[in-house]
Amino acid sequence: MPSETDPNPSGTDPNHILEFPGGYTRSVGPVIGRFLSELRDGRLKGVKTKSGRVLFPPVEYDPDTGDDVTDEFVDVGPVGTVTSWSWVPNPRKTHPLDRPFAWALIRPDAADTALLHALDMGVFEQGAKPPRQLKTGMRVRPRWRAERTGGIGDIECFQPEVTMINAPSRLEYRLQGGRALDRFLEGVEQGRILGHRCAVCGQVIIPMKGLCPKDGVPTSEEVELPHTGTVTTFAVNNLPDPRAPEVPFVSAYILLDGAGLTMLSLVAGIPADQVRMGMRVRAAWRPRAEWTRSMSNIKWFEPLDEPDVPFDQIKDYL
Amino acid sequence: MRPVAVVAFAQTRHTGEDAGLSETELLAPLITEIKERTGIRRFGFTCSGSNDYLAGAPFSFVSALDAVGAWPPISESHVEMDAAWALYEAWVKLQHGEIDTALVYGFGKTSQGDYPEIFTQGLDPYYLAPLGVDQVSLAALQARAYLEASGTDEKALKQVAARARADGRANPYALHLDDPSDTDEYEVAPLREHDVAPVTDGAAVIVLAAGDRARELAERPAWITGIDHRSEPHQPGFRDLASAPSAALAAAKAGGTAGVQVAELHTQFGHEELILRDALKLGEDVAVNPSGGPLSANPVMATGLIRIGEAAARIGDGTASRALAHAASGPCLQQNLVCVLSGEQP
Repeated sequence: MPSETDPNPSGTDPNHILEFPGGYTRSVGPVIGRFLSELRDGRLKGVKTKSGRVLFPPVEYDPDTGDDVTDEFVDVGPVGTVTSWSWVPNPRKTHPLDRPFAWALIRPDAADTALLHALDMGVFEQGAKPPRQLKTGMRVRPRWRAERTGGIGDIECFQPEVTMINAPSRLEYRLQGGRALDRFLEGVEQGRILGHRCAVCGQVIIPMKGLCPKDGVPTSEEVELPHTGTVTTFAVNNLPDPRAPEVPFVSAYILLDGAGLTMLSLVAGIPADQVRMGMRVRAAWRPRAEWTRSMSNIKWFEPLDEPDVPFDQIKDYL
Repeated sequence: MRPVAVVAFAQTRHTGEDAGLSETELLAPLITEIKERTGIRRFGFTCSGSNDYLAGAPFSFVSALDAVGAWPPISESHVEMDAAWALYEAWVKLQHGEIDTALVYGFGKTSQGDYPEIFTQGLDPYYLAPLGVDQVSLAALQARAYLEASGTDEKALKQVAARARADGRANPYALHLDDPSDTDEYEVAPLREHDVAPVTDGAAVIVLAAGDRARELAERPAWITGIDHRSEPHQPGFRDLASAPSAALAAAKAGGTAGVQVAELHTQFGHEELILRDALKLGEDVAVNPSGGPLSANPVMATGLIRIGEAAARIGDGTASRALAHAASGPCLQQNLVCVLSGEQP
């Protein structure tokens, strides 16, 4: 058995290696040999015991009785059921996949026993937790290697049955916001928040629409609003969004001081679990150089060091 | 059956990293200690358990014989298994009736290599070893099977680890490990770091003696009232991993576990304790692994023997009148040895 020892070990590198150069050659016998030959041809074969059980992968003896198995080889799978699994968040270099994967016991249809193999659940970052789709009972199929040599590695790994597809979905538009919104965005481009006051009810509508949704009358009296307001209600979002700096983030209805309608915006600068109804906030604008004709000039609203507004005063703006 | 007892037991103060001692250097002080304690210079039979792959050198167990003193030639044997199986061989030899004493020892240093990967080389070379599946990944498959079959959750595993580590901190020979943390990551899910026995270097020695010789050598010998080992199919997919029928069978063949007060179980993973408690019918009143068990010190190839030594020590110090020791071998508790010990001579 060749081995080598370096008399001067350094660091964490091995200073002694035990290896059979070129691998260790073994004869496989007629049962395992038949299985591996079929595997090389892309077929899964089990072997029948005298009692009629189908052993997979085939072995020479019935594990229950010690009797020789029969010479009857039968097709199994290729679909199989996971009977147990473990999840490797950080694969070893000796493992068959270099990204997180599962080990699974897989019982192919028509077999009575299970095969151990790797199960590729897709692309995950190192250290990932087990995916929710990974379950005992899930249905999986082998992923065959194109070049097969007659070894258990002729199956590269197993992979889940197809249960979902992902189709491209995209349409392109050229939208106009309308004149009122244009004027509103013109204000935003200059760092101003503009609204219209309704001549009938007196409420200030932002962004203005050129009409009062309450009274159904046209509006034209422009009012500039301050950049402070009150959170009337909010939601904590746990799905990432490119507009939000991190997950979880908070989206909220903000009632600007003097406005009669709320606007939807992000709230940041405070942990999500500390956001409150009635909380006072101020708009956080991007640096002036980055302003465009867009609401994204306001990154989000941040807390103001002011007492909360009592619920009664905001209850009509939820 | 000839009455045979554990009359002496010694173990190293195990370390969690390489302390710079060779296997022979770990072992030699224990052999010296046990010769002094028993007054025996030459044993009727010597049997050891170790694994050449741990040091990566063929016949590495032979050099350990230097610690025993093998000249003039001694009657000696070795198992490439945990030394609990060396003890079984010595017990069989004592049953033959030609000798009255036997020295059994085991040693292992897992600090020198990557034990979960070394373990891979002991697996079936056709279906398992070529996949590169390691010991922890296999154990995690069994843990998953047990959790799902029993309806238990991972909190139960953490409780096992917490108790093992607390007991281990009270054992001067074990590693002294911190309480399991909520932030411990999965090593291989569902097993976290604290569910897996630690890297350990160490050794252990036991002396067996028969009949009158045992009573001469020990105040309170731990009599072996039954010992048996059984195995299941090697392919994990051929087994019901949620249970340990071979452990249950070995216990039955060893005379059953009724009246056992203390059990030292060879549990290298937390869930194995839960599976073995079921298989061995150990009730809540049985103290399991009061030494801290393998989750607090796992000098492989000595770990199973230490279970017999610790169980015998509970008989010897009078804390138990009947104790059980268990050793395991192979993937997912494939093979199980059960040894029942009593303060009463059978």
